Amino acid sequence: MQEILSTLVSSVFVENMVFAYYLGMCSYLAVSKNVKTALGLGLAVTFFLVFTVPINFLLDNYVLKEGALSWLGEGFANVDLSFISLIIFITVIASFGQLVEMIIEQFMPSLQAALGIFLPLLCINCAILGGVLFMQQKAFANVGVATVYGLGSGIGWLLAIVGLAAIREKLGYSDVPKPLKGLGITFIITGLMGMAFMCFSGLKI
Amino acid sequence: MSLFSGKNKDILLGPISKKNPVVVQMLGICSALAVTAKLEPSIVMAISVVVVIAFANVIISLIRKTIPNRIRIIVQLVVAATLVTLVSEILKAFAYDVSKQLSVFIGLILTNCILMGRMEAFGLSNGPWESFLDGVGHGAGYGVILIIVGFFRELLGSGTLLGIQIVPQIFYDWGYVNNGLMILPPMALIVIAVIIWIHRARNKDLQEEK
Repeated sequence: MQEILSTLVSSVFVENMVFAYYLGMCSYLAVSKNVKTALGLGLAVTFFLVFTVPINFLLDNYVLKEGALSWLGEGFANVDLSFISLIIFITVIASFGQLVEMIIEQFMPSLQAALGIFLPLLCINCAILGGVLFMQQKAFANVGVATVYGLGSGIGWLLAIVGLAAIREKLGYSDVPKPLKGLGITFIITGLMGMAFMCFSGLKI
Repeated sequence: MSLFSGKNKDILLGPISKKNPVVVQMLGICSALAVTAKLEPSIVMAISVVVVIAFANVIISLIRKTIPNRIRIIVQLVVAATLVTLVSEILKAFAYDVSKQLSVFIGLILTNCILMGRMEAFGLSNGPWESFLDGVGHGAGYGVILIIVGFFRELLGSGTLLGIQIVPQIFYDWGYVNNGLMILPPMALIVIAVIIWIHRARNKDLQEEK
């Protein structure tokens, strides 16, 4: 229980996807012009991470890792497939994206209208693949902790993009030096937000 | 048509400044920020990205007429994933320390938007040689920013370049202190913002209205 709680807190605040590892930056900067779309994209990323991280965790532990195939019998005990993990992970993510798109299209047209264009883009969002690769690196104890890690990273990303979008909406009223307008000032704001988030480092439960 | 006609030169050199993928097109920012705390990983990352983009572009361009339009994203991802896996295995074999420092970010070249963007926008509709130049150009435009950021962050943050002490000891004796903030993540963003500022102050046509 304690492990789950501490994984959640650390993945939301301490190891925030955006501010500690800069993952998903491209869409983070491109889609943060207003709060509503930012919220939609943030929810989509969270949703994706909650499912792809545990799926890939199971794949990693029962198929790809060295000795992971030992449940197939003695002869497979030494097989190490980790060199193809990248290809497997991205395929899982891409096909999951396709699957979700089909399901949503069929049963939840209103949600599709809200997320529509973001879903196919998410396959190549570095926050998703990054979450999966960090999961592999951290070697969690069981699939529950991995799911919580996925959830936490998603929420952290959501918080970051909604925060930035809110600031950028207000920024319309301020007088920014011309060459800094748009992209430049957004970088500086993200940097300042990152510094604020650094206060959480060392936070433990 | 010669190999370096005016158009091809434009394809190769355009992305380095006017159409720079990082500071103008806003692509591939994730890794540009994360690996630049030191100069050495920045250089290695820049080279890896040039190699991957150039060859992925060529391969996609060679098979562009046989890829069904509906599954092109998955085909592109598999081609890219194969190249990235190759680069990552080569780095593990010949430059183990750097590959440890870069950790997951080598794998993340795969989701680098520059890579997908170029395959989608250029490789799919142009010949192999143009695609190669385009890939090298965009990789280089990305690499230049990476190396500039890495240079300043390592110089100001640790007083070294490529691990060699640059700031002389006598400065420290007089009370000079390394700026520890430069090594921390947020400063990468600020350094890039300054690059954008200078770049746009010089190229007025790139400035945004809002």
